[in-house]
Amino acid sequence: MSLMGLRRHADLWLLGSAMLLCCVSPLKAEVKNSEHESHSNSNITGIPIVTFKWEHVETPYLVALWVLVSFLCKLVIEANHHVTNIIPESALLICAGFILGGIIWGADLQQTFKLTPTVFFFYLLPPIILDSGYHMPNKLFFTNLGAILVYAVIGTCWNAASLGLSLWGCHKGGAMGELDIGLLQYLLFGSLIAAVDPVAVLAVFEQVHVNEVLFILVFGESLLNDGVTVVLFNVFDAFVTLGGAQIDAVEIIKGIISFFVVAFGGSLLGFVFGLLMCFLTRCTKNIQIIEPGFIFVVGYLSYLTAEMLSLSAILSCVFCGVCCQKYINANMNENSVKTVKYAMKVFANGSETMIFVFLGISAIDKTIWVWNTGFILLTLLFIFIYRFIGVFIQTWILNRFRLVPLEFIDQLIMGFGGLRGAVAYGLAVMMDENKIKEKNLMVSTTLIVVFFTVIVQGIIMKPLVKWLKVKKATESELTLIEKVQNRVFDHMLVAIEDISGQIGHNYMRDKWKNFEEKWMMWLLMKPSARKKQDHVFNVFHQLNLKDAVEYVSEGESRGSLEFIRNDSAIIDFKKKLGEDIFDTMPDVTADTSFDHGIVLPDRRDPVPSVSLEMHEQTMNGLREMEDLNSHHLLQEHLYKGRKQHRHKFSRNHLTINTDEDEVQEIFQRTMRRRLESFKSAKMGMGPPKIISKHTKKEQQKAPNGMKRNSGDEDFEFSEADSASGYDPSYSYRSGGGIENPAFMADLDPVVPVQIPPWLAEAELYSGAVSPSQRAQARPPLSAGDLRRLAPLRISTRSTDSFMMADIPAAEQRRDSFDLPPPPPPPPSKDGRHQ
Amino acid sequence: MGSSSSSLSHIPDGQQLMGETGFSAAHLLRLHERFELLDKDSRGHLRPEDFEEIRELTENPVGGRIIGAFFPPEKETLDFPSFVRILAHFRPTGKNRSRDRTQPEPANSRTGKLKFAFKLYDQDRDGKISRDELLQVLRAMLGLQVTEEQLQSIAERAIQEADLNSDGAISFDEFKKSLEKVDIEHKMSIRFLK
Repeated sequence: MSLMGLRRHADLWLLGSAMLLCCVSPLKAEVKNSEHESHSNSNITGIPIVTFKWEHVETPYLVALWVLVSFLCKLVIEANHHVTNIIPESALLICAGFILGGIIWGADLQQTFKLTPTVFFFYLLPPIILDSGYHMPNKLFFTNLGAILVYAVIGTCWNAASLGLSLWGCHKGGAMGELDIGLLQYLLFGSLIAAVDPVAVLAVFEQVHVNEVLFILVFGESLLNDGVTVVLFNVFDAFVTLGGAQIDAVEIIKGIISFFVVAFGGSLLGFVFGLLMCFLTRCTKNIQIIEPGFIFVVGYLSYLTAEMLSLSAILSCVFCGVCCQKYINANMNENSVKTVKYAMKVFANGSETMIFVFLGISAIDKTIWVWNTGFILLTLLFIFIYRFIGVFIQTWILNRFRLVPLEFIDQLIMGFGGLRGAVAYGLAVMMDENKIKEKNLMVSTTLIVVFFTVIVQGIIMKPLVKWLKVKKATESELTLIEKVQNRVFDHMLVAIEDISGQIGHNYMRDKWKNFEEKWMMWLLMKPSARKKQDHVFNVFHQLNLKDAVEYVSEGESRGSLEFIRNDSAIIDFKKKLGEDIFDTMPDVTADTSFDHGIVLPDRRDPVPSVSLEMHEQTMNGLREMEDLNSHHLLQEHLYKGRKQHRHKFSRNHLTINTDEDEVQEIFQRTMRRRLESFKSAKMGMGPPKIISKHTKKEQQKAPNGMKRNSGDEDFEFSEADSASGYDPSYSYRSGGGIENPAFMADLDPVVPVQIPPWLAEAELYSGAVSPSQRAQARPPLSAGDLRRLAPLRISTRSTDSFMMADIPAAEQRRDSFDLPPPPPPPPSKDGRHQ
Repeated sequence: MGSSSSSLSHIPDGQQLMGETGFSAAHLLRLHERFELLDKDSRGHLRPEDFEEIRELTENPVGGRIIGAFFPPEKETLDFPSFVRILAHFRPTGKNRSRDRTQPEPANSRTGKLKFAFKLYDQDRDGKISRDELLQVLRAMLGLQVTEEQLQSIAERAIQEADLNSDGAISFDEFKKSLEKVDIEHKMSIRFLK
């Protein structure tokens, strides 16, 4: 199943790229300019067999080529890991842009392609913003929202004002010679370059893995300060137009009001669109195939609508993503969620790549470069210094209120992380040349600032983080106990706040959670999705999935699933086939002493209805095990032919599903039968004994099965414990096989086909079996061998291991299945057979 | 209420409590106010019933256990110093880490906080979280969303994750170890108590 998922992902990736092309395509309309000559109007004298119509496809073709080229740049860059370890990818992409720009320049002797504000703001930026909103770690974000807002609002204002005023001061002092820039224009310049850029910050910080609080502070700031930037930019732009004389208190107050309107209006709009999105996904049950499309379209609309209403588009898009993520993830089908996540990354990553490459290309243009040493160097200096000053002052204030104060080192990194990026460049290009005489100087300065911060600071960041020993993100392994405990902590803090009578942070969060559970979920979530909204349970579910995947892949790597029960480690697979079956066998559920639940994914109903549980108690597990094997075999051999014939194209359904259904059906049918016999067996023998021998050695190696490599190297199929994340608690009795070499299946050739459960159990306890030795001793199998061996296999199936190849034979006899001649033994994976 | 406790002198052993718990005078005054508010009949001590008056607390899945944590076994009342000492577990550690080693470990140290959390589970106070004890907490928290069977699975698995000596229960050391990576300072501190 995971393979299919992978394949689907690959498809998606292609699809995503294709869609990316489509949506970028209109944007280059302005790129193709005067060079667009028409020379195809030659007279047609006959029916041409092949015509070359370049003009016909020119624009989309160029767009596609550019996308391809920038992706290729990334491909080349990422192929050299030793380089990307030192120089961040974003810097390298910019350099690649330089080279490409140079080539264009060499060919055309003019700049024919550059990053325009329209392309950037309408097509390249939204995917990145939506992605950051959608993947925002919500809890972390909202816990630190206060600090983020302080940095984003006050910090940005401070940056803008200090830079503008200082530059103006230096200008007055004569540091940069003759320049036609007034105070307001300096402030305008300051405001456009004040904002820390989300794209650049993310690109650099993703690679250094600083601790999550530091990350969310820098990243959150870079996202939210857009509201401020847009307002500042617009206000000063208006002021510049008005001219200094006409600005009075009213205008200034209007500017301040407009800040709140733009910022909060944008956020609110995003929230509304987020709700809309949740609603939509609530009803998309019947059109699951385009379900993911809604997310992108609505997210993009939230951006455009905000832009239309001249609100902060970035804020709108961020909040849209932040608000809806929880609900749409719950509402949508699991595959759709994966699709959204993956496609989101494709778009965002692709856009990011293109932005950096195009930034580099745009720089290779003689016409925009105006050099003024004083202006440029002073700007760089002030940006750097004021960023640090701002961060230190704000953090000093914030630390008085923070539960866990930010350390000095963290502040240094925050200051250093003040990277400027394409947003600043886009704004600079948008300036009106008629109003601002020195536009080109400002644009080139902006470019230099961007390049300096992204390349130089980006390169230094990594060694700096290492050198300062900044607390890194702990790569925490998902453990259930931790999740449970975290939940307890949350409840505990709320309780303590209640007791001490304070309306604090936790109190508010608890209230919000209650409100959310009561109203928001009811409103926005499918009824079926609401049930599985428990985080602890989800973690449990995920862990089980992981185990199951490891289990199966381990089995595959060993050629069969038999490794899992080399001796008396008995596994009982139980399958709940919906409530009906479940009800008929209450005894099973009652004494499930549980070891392990595997919850199969990919079922329609959200509460996993297929739950395979293993215990260590009865022998019946073996048969279930066989079922699993046979199921696997059937999938391999029985249905393959049919599947090939059935391949059909459908836009609405993925063909994969049909195949899966077949397999599912067989699986269920056999399982149902097994369960019935299982039930009767249990009735017959009363409550099963529980093996409680836990071998300590294995227990201690828990829970990470990957690490415990087989303790007994002399085993061929040694040890389930080495296999997977399998719970150590069912006893392996490792070495049992070796200790009982006498117990070879061949020694008791004739055993009734249907072993009475009680007998079988006794037999089981009587001695553990060595599968591996048999496996070692076994001659290479052939079809004939299989037939010959079949009775033996059946006879010992309760205790012995079996090769995958054995089962069809066994199945054949037992169930008189009309099987094709026994397949050759599974070839490749299990070298030992050959 | 505010007027009745306008100065530290009202509070019995005020200075000593400050030294012991690290609370400031302002904190103590605030907590004392709260204490008196909870103590409706002005008896000078609290009983479990007083806590149960707090509506939110009764809705809290671990509320009962928290109340239990305030009352040591066989003790029905809680005086102000004990009240403060319990709450001291939740004081952020902050910067004043420069305590000398001879002093007993303060309640708000990592171990102190964890001990408090551990006791919430360990209701029979045998120094171990058994499967049943964990199951009870889980049942309270997860409630109806999960079937009993799933609850048991979760409990079992959680125990296995933490259980290093495979005795089927979690001892305090194992508990501490399992939460090694969790930022306890962050998770078990309340801002206003700083």
